[in-house]
Amino acid sequence: MAVEALFRPGDRVRVMRAYPLGHVRTPYYIRGHDGVIERLCGSFPNPEELAQMRSGLPAQPLYRVRFRQNEVWPDYRGRPDDVVEVEIFQHWLEKG
Amino acid sequence: MIERSHHDMGGLPAGKVERSEHDYAEWERRVDALMVLLSGVFDGKKLLTVDELRKNIEALGPEAYDRMSYYERWVTSITQTMLQRGVITTEELARKMREVEERGR
Repeated sequence: MAVEALFRPGDRVRVMRAYPLGHVRTPYYIRGHDGVIERLCGSFPNPEELAQMRSGLPAQPLYRVRFRQNEVWPDYRGRPDDVVEVEIFQHWLEKG
Repeated sequence: MIERSHHDMGGLPAGKVERSEHDYAEWERRVDALMVLLSGVFDGKKLLTVDELRKNIEALGPEAYDRMSYYERWVTSITQTMLQRGVITTEELARKMREVEERGR
């Protein structure tokens, strides 16, 4: 039992800018940023639900999303093509 | 509203990374074993998920979070989870802690 995967590698996405209570695996620093789908990692029970002793089903697609370092950190001083990749569940992603 | 939880510190300034290896104390090994056993399947169901462990670590106050060592956070969180799931009661825990304390005198 899994939610349908809506994104493909290369798709542009934006991470939801939200700050809910509960156990959340989307790091604070990446919320609201734009990235590109690098790959689909698979589908897994939703950890936000598992943390509350529920099943986490249907499973949620999990993606590795690629972001440009200099877009994430305003004062980034490394190479302009440096990237950071973060694994993010589909329900945290919107079309970019 | 607090947007960033205390544990969610990615990107914040931090000190030097300590790269040296260190030995684990016996109690730390036991806490690790406890986690492995509880997150395995017992009597057809898990008694703990890694996500519950994380939730209860994240629920620690900032002061406690910073003061506790890694495995102190784990054992606190495992205990909290066992209480939430009704595996043990607060009363049983209190009695046992008294018993152990008195044994050490």
